[in-house]
Amino acid sequence: MGADEPERQTNRGIVAFRRVSYCLPGGRPLVSDLNLEIGEGETLVLLGRSGSGKTTTLKLINRLLEPAAGEVLVEGRSTQAWDPIRLRRRIGYVIQEVGLFPHLTVERNVGLVPELDGWEPTRIRTRVQELLLLVGLDPDAFARRRPHELSGGQRQRVGVARALAADPPFLLMDEPFGALDPVTRAELQHEFLALQARLRKTVVLVTHDVREALLLATRIALLSEGRLVGTYAPAAFLRAAEPEARGFLEVLSGPGPQNVPRGGL
Amino acid sequence: MNLLRFLADNRAEVFRLTLEHLALVAVAMLFAVAIGLPLGVALCRRAGLRRWVLAGASVMQTVPSLALFGFLIPVPLLGGIGARTAIVALTLYALLPILRNTYAGISGVDPAVVEAARGMGMTERQILWRVQVPLSLGVILAGVRVATVVSVGIATIAAAIGAGGLGMYIFRGLAMVNHQVILAGAIPAAILALLADFGLGWVERRLAAS
Repeated sequence: MGADEPERQTNRGIVAFRRVSYCLPGGRPLVSDLNLEIGEGETLVLLGRSGSGKTTTLKLINRLLEPAAGEVLVEGRSTQAWDPIRLRRRIGYVIQEVGLFPHLTVERNVGLVPELDGWEPTRIRTRVQELLLLVGLDPDAFARRRPHELSGGQRQRVGVARALAADPPFLLMDEPFGALDPVTRAELQHEFLALQARLRKTVVLVTHDVREALLLATRIALLSEGRLVGTYAPAAFLRAAEPEARGFLEVLSGPGPQNVPRGGL
Repeated sequence: MNLLRFLADNRAEVFRLTLEHLALVAVAMLFAVAIGLPLGVALCRRAGLRRWVLAGASVMQTVPSLALFGFLIPVPLLGGIGARTAIVALTLYALLPILRNTYAGISGVDPAVVEAARGMGMTERQILWRVQVPLSLGVILAGVRVATVVSVGIATIAAAIGAGGLGMYIFRGLAMVNHQVILAGAIPAAILALLADFGLGWVERRLAAS
């Protein structure tokens, strides 16, 4: 792994939302009056139904969207005060559609941010090898392939490797395992846990899958119609009384194939 | 047979007119690409500009080519009798396919890929040059190909305003009511158009394969 830069220790929220609202140009609010603190090294899962504002919340962190009111603080500084390019280089970003560059090899995809940051080619190559091994892909077999020559699971692994390339302290993941078949999804979820146990990044992950949330989260933030219902430790979420939370929990206990998360590693 | 003999007897002239023809098209295409590519890129950013520019370029295409050559003759600086006017007219015609394809190609790049690029901390310029342009190169090149083929045909009209090229034979043949002479201009022009089409098509396929 690349050397970890010394990070400023702030126990209360390395990422913080302060009364944040975001509206569409038409005026419809997608996120309203959101207050949320995300601690260093935790995996915060934003859970909610479609249209609850999860992805919007995520994009407010790396300033793909800008708040209409309130402010988002990253490392104690408002995202409006950050240079957006520098901010985003400190934040790994993984999306469901993966967004791998189809015209570049796996190697060039993963090495892109280091390349933009001006790393030496040999250092980039070493780093790419390291990362591919980290996400369980044999560098000799995969480095020179194009994204279209990979399976969905392999693409998603490359997406994770790419997000980790410049060793950012933060990782934003927008339904990273949503498009995968259930077996591959379970595989990647467990690999994520193993990876996170080693790397201890500050992770914000969006999902509408309550099982995934319970499995991966150190804390769950439940969103509904652009508002934060509450934040819960996974165990506490199971006992939550709010109707929005009960809705998700009924899915768990309801009929149908059971895929209750296997615990930990 | 008569046609072949005519071409053989006049091979030096045929060769010179073909070169002139090629030069007209090549220079016009250089200008059209030099203007069309950056303008096409700019259109992706500005919706207001896009409407006007694409409409203007479309209108340009509807002007009959012979009339456009004629209209340009009295225009100061750009116009007059000769190659310069012809190049201006050809450039105007070539602009639309290049503009339209550049715009369509770049705006057609998967938004998820562009968003991923932005989220990774690429600047707008890096997104353009490292992601959008490489991914739309095939579409852009298809526009250049169409423009080139059309220009080879339209360049035959350049002879009407004294710009030379293979159109010389066509107009001369029309005046002489001599099919052989018309064909001596038309057939080499058609061959040039086909060659341009194949050549650029080949480059396109090579790009798609790589």
